[in-house]
Amino acid sequence: MTKSGVRKEGIKGTLTGWLYLAPALAFLIFFMVYPLIDVFIYSFEEGYNSASQTYFGIGGYNYSYVLRDPYFLQAVKNTFILVIFTVPISTVLSLLIALALNSIDKLRKLFQTVYFLPYVTNTLAVGLVFMILFRKTPYTDGLINLLIKAFGMSPVDFIEGPYWAKMLVLCIYVIWIVMPFKILILTSALASVNPVYYKAARIDGTSKPRIFFRITLPMISPMIFYLVITGFIGAFKAYSDAVAIFGVDLNASGMNTMVGYVYDMLYGDGGGYPSYASAAAIILFAIVLTITVINLIVSRKTSAKG
Amino acid sequence: MDVRLEHLTKIFPSRDKKGSEVVAVNDFNFTIPEGKLIGLLGPSGCGKSTMLYMICGLENPTSGKIYFGDEDVTGIPSEKRGVGLVFQNYALYPHLTVRQNITFPLENLKGEEKLTKEQRNQKALEVAKLVQIDGLMDRKPGEMSGGQQQRVAIARALVKMPKVLLMDEPLSNLDARLRLQTREEIRRIQKATGITTIFVTHDQEEAMSISDLIVVMKDGVFQQMDQPQKVYDDPVNLFVAKFLGTPAINVFEADVKDKKLYIGEDMVMDKVNVKDGPVWCGIRPEGFILDENGALKCSLTGVDVMGRDTSIVSTNPKMTGLSIRSIISAEDLKLTSKDTVRFNIKRSKTLLFDKESEARICYD
Repeated sequence: MTKSGVRKEGIKGTLTGWLYLAPALAFLIFFMVYPLIDVFIYSFEEGYNSASQTYFGIGGYNYSYVLRDPYFLQAVKNTFILVIFTVPISTVLSLLIALALNSIDKLRKLFQTVYFLPYVTNTLAVGLVFMILFRKTPYTDGLINLLIKAFGMSPVDFIEGPYWAKMLVLCIYVIWIVMPFKILILTSALASVNPVYYKAARIDGTSKPRIFFRITLPMISPMIFYLVITGFIGAFKAYSDAVAIFGVDLNASGMNTMVGYVYDMLYGDGGGYPSYASAAAIILFAIVLTITVINLIVSRKTSAKG
Repeated sequence: MDVRLEHLTKIFPSRDKKGSEVVAVNDFNFTIPEGKLIGLLGPSGCGKSTMLYMICGLENPTSGKIYFGDEDVTGIPSEKRGVGLVFQNYALYPHLTVRQNITFPLENLKGEEKLTKEQRNQKALEVAKLVQIDGLMDRKPGEMSGGQQQRVAIARALVKMPKVLLMDEPLSNLDARLRLQTREEIRRIQKATGITTIFVTHDQEEAMSISDLIVVMKDGVFQQMDQPQKVYDDPVNLFVAKFLGTPAINVFEADVKDKKLYIGEDMVMDKVNVKDGPVWCGIRPEGFILDENGALKCSLTGVDVMGRDTSIVSTNPKMTGLSIRSIISAEDLKLTSKDTVRFNIKRSKTLLFDKESEARICYD
């Protein structure tokens, strides 16, 4: 074959590749890239009016407004608390449950199903149940408060009471909601570790904790990193969870999240403020991007050190 | 340290309620002399690995006892038995370097045996030199060839200076060339350390070439234990005879009449001191002598030249295999006919077995 023939085939090959990619690529561009750019542009257009499609000028006012908005700052605080507590706790708990599931023989299938149930349950329905469990009304203290009283402490209204109590319920709810998927991933990760490594370790009399920390954990670490990264992203995007427990007016209850703030800015107060919403969305995007990049760098360093 | 097994039995319960239980190892008795390399040989699924796991303590026997020297180790956990185990797929921890892999067993030592990091690295380096991988200490297993990985696995098994070294099909995952090399290497390391070694394999050639003694087992039952050549020349039954040797022994349905051995109509051997009746007659491939007036008449299928050996492939109505393979040295190869070939057979390479029990019958 001549040299030009090879080159032609190369170009043809690349074209075929792009052709196969085209449908997915078109979707990505229309629904991800274009909106992202558009949101970016909106966020710099001051006083944008969606009805007349006009704006006064270009500048950073939207950002400075959002960053000074107490509702936004409350939402940022809530979101960060949610991320910092739920991601590590849910991951560690899932790992413990996955380990327990892997070590039992009987009823394993049953327990796996039970632990997976929250994943296929409607989040709003779950939120309602949580609300009923935790709420304190004039008629009843709710099941959780009955338990608290049984231990001799005074009951708390978790739904409309102090901030820490509301945050606690939200964290517990989010942890409970995200665990099934993590348990599923970790159980299969644990099952994929070749048992011959455990045999080799047993021959040498390796203690159980040492087997776990020196062998099991490093071997499933890629899966754990995957769960941590997706967990961070998921927690930053939390919104429906708060709605499910505290209702639609999250700003009033002080339980708004960043995504909730964006949503309220877009649709709240009849018509809303798309420019502020865009600015808030871009800030959220920047935070998630930064944390994901840091996560990736850390995971790469750790796996390289191994 | 010699290893003694007394009535060792392992029964696995059935998976479901209907299935029957599996007897993996059935009433094993034998003694492995100190400092020898033993080849534990049998077809796949005959219980070799189960036996090895019982000796090293990963499996508990259903009944029977295991002694290392005079000490009964049956109920003792693995790490206190002083055994090293090398796995078929090496089982090196992929996230640890060669040095970390080799020192891993040493880090588990507690109390008086506890070693400092320098001592551990020193020991690791010593065994690494023994298996000749001391230049690769900082590599990860994934960056090494199969043969190198197997050496690391051997080093890891040796680093605690075990009394008994166990190897579970250590060469099966290597290609043919490396397998030859590594088995020489295992022989050398075993000689250098003098550790009693048990080597499990389903490859009879492998077992024959490096073992001091061979133990043949079938379906969990002990068959024979002897020096490789003795097992080959003097098998106790048809199974052992068939299992050892490539090409395999040629088995014929034969009859003894008036102290003469007949294969079909051909009288191939006389002075056979066996009572009249049908027998299995096994003839090793090297037991045929090409002779145009030979007693055994076969139809010629072809001639295979494989390096130094020439084998004549032929058929006979009384054979039990697909064809008869006979190895003839090239100088003797003078075929007179295209269709038939005649052989005389060597008395020492001809073995007779009972038709029912398949046990060996001596005829001299």
